[in-house]
Amino acid sequence: MREDDIIICRCEDVTLGTIRELIRQGYTTLEEIKRIARCGMGPCQGKTCTPLIAREIAAITGKGIHEIMKQNHRPPFGGVTFEEIVSGRDEE
Amino acid sequence: MKSKADIVIIGGGIIGCAVAFNLAKKGMRNIVVLEKGFLASGATGRCGAGVRQQWGTLQNCLLAKESMTILENISDYLEEKVDIELKQRGYLLLSFSEKETEQFSKNLQVQHSLNIPSRALTAEEAGEIVPILNTEKVHSAAFCPTDGHANPFLTTEAYAKAAEKRGVEICTFTQAKAIKTENGKVKGVQTDKGYIETGRILNAAGGWAYEIGEMVGLKLPVFSERHEILVTEKVPPMLDPMVMSFSYNIYCQQTPNGSFVMGHGPKNEKPGHNVNSTWQFLEAMAQKVTYLLPDIKKVRVVRQWAGSYNISPDRQPIICESEQLPGYYMAIGFSGHGFMLGPSIGVYLSELITGETPSYDVTLDLGRFARNESIAEPSVV
Repeated sequence: MREDDIIICRCEDVTLGTIRELIRQGYTTLEEIKRIARCGMGPCQGKTCTPLIAREIAAITGKGIHEIMKQNHRPPFGGVTFEEIVSGRDEE
Repeated sequence: MKSKADIVIIGGGIIGCAVAFNLAKKGMRNIVVLEKGFLASGATGRCGAGVRQQWGTLQNCLLAKESMTILENISDYLEEKVDIELKQRGYLLLSFSEKETEQFSKNLQVQHSLNIPSRALTAEEAGEIVPILNTEKVHSAAFCPTDGHANPFLTTEAYAKAAEKRGVEICTFTQAKAIKTENGKVKGVQTDKGYIETGRILNAAGGWAYEIGEMVGLKLPVFSERHEILVTEKVPPMLDPMVMSFSYNIYCQQTPNGSFVMGHGPKNEKPGHNVNSTWQFLEAMAQKVTYLLPDIKKVRVVRQWAGSYNISPDRQPIICESEQLPGYYMAIGFSGHGFMLGPSIGVYLSELITGETPSYDVTLDLGRFARNESIAEPSVV
C-alpha cells in the first residue's frame, strides 16, 4: 500500500496524500485544511484525525505541535439526536 | 509583504476576495488583502451557505440574481476550473399567516419584474416539494427553484486563488493595526507585519467593521450580533430546498454532502463579539426543527458554532467611499446576507473604486440614513 493512500480522516475519507499536498500548497493550519478537505467535519469531529494531521503539519513546517493544536472546541461533545435533545427538556 | 499598494483591503472574506479579484481583472496592480486569520475565518465561513434571490426590494433582487448568475458560471467567470458545491434545489419560504402571504405576493411581483423564476405555492404544494414538511399551520409558501447552496470556504478560496493569479497579494494571519491619515486623506496601513503606504483602503472586515472605522475616527452605524448555527451528521438526501420562515424564525437546508445546517435569529442578544455556543440555542433549534420537519428527529447534531452578523440600521449593506475621508471605502453591515450578495457586490464596489459607472443602479451609500432613505426590505431573518 502506498503511504499516500492511508486514510487519515475516517469520517470523511481523507487520505494522507491529500493532507500532505495541502500542506505543501501552504495550508499549514488545521482550520484551513479542515475547511478545504472536510477532515474533522464528520461524526467524530476530528477526534481521530486532528492529532495525525497536526503531526504532518509539524513534520513538514517544523512548527511545534503546541503551536498547531490551537483550534476551537465546540459542543456537543458527541453526536446527539434532535429527539434526545427535545426529550431531555424539563416539563413546563 | 509589499510596502506600497494602490489599495489595501482589510478582510479576507467573500467581499474582500471578490473585490480584489474584480479590481485585478480591471488591471489594477498592487492590491493587498489583509486577513487576521485564515480566509473566510469570520462571518463568511460561519454562515448558513444559502444563496437566495427571493427578496422584497428591487435592488436586493437584482444583486442576488446577478450573484447567482456569477456563481452558476463561476469557472468561466474566474477562468479556472473550480467546484464551489453549488446546489440549486430552491428556497422554500413558508408563510404562517394571511398577512405574510400578502407580503409574499408583493415580493413575487418585484422578483418577476427581473424574471426571477419564483412562484406562490399552497401549503399542499409546499408539502409536495418537501414531503417531510409538517404543513399543519403553513398558510402558503413561495418557491424559487434556482435558489440554493454554495460552499462559502470554497467560493472564497476560488476568488482568492483567481485574484492571486492576477497579482493580488493575500496576507493571511496579518492584522491591520492602525490606519494613517494626513490632511483628510488615507496615507497607509500599519499591520503587525509591517507598514503599507496606500491612498485607498477598503473596510471589508465583516464583524469587525466598526473597529476598522474607529481607526480613522469614523463612528460607523453598525454593530455585531452573535447568530448561532449547527450542523448534523450526513444522512441520505431527504430535503431538496432550503426551508425558511421569517415568522417562525428558522432556516434549514441539507448540504450536498448530506449534513443539515440550520439556525435562527436570536432574541435579546447583546451587541458584541461573543461567538460562543449555547445549550439554549441547541434546545430551541431542536424544538423548532422537529416540529417543522419531524422526520429529522433521528439525525444527530455533531457541531454548533456561531458567527457575527454585522448589522446596519436598515439591515442592508453600506457600500461607498467615505465623504469625510476620501480613499476610505466601506462594504459593511451586511446583516447576515453578505455571502449570497458577495459576487455582485464585488463587481459593484470595484466599479466605485475605479470610478466607472456602476453596472447596477442601486442605493447603498451611508448617506441614505441622513436623507431618510433607509431600505425597506421585508425579507430578512
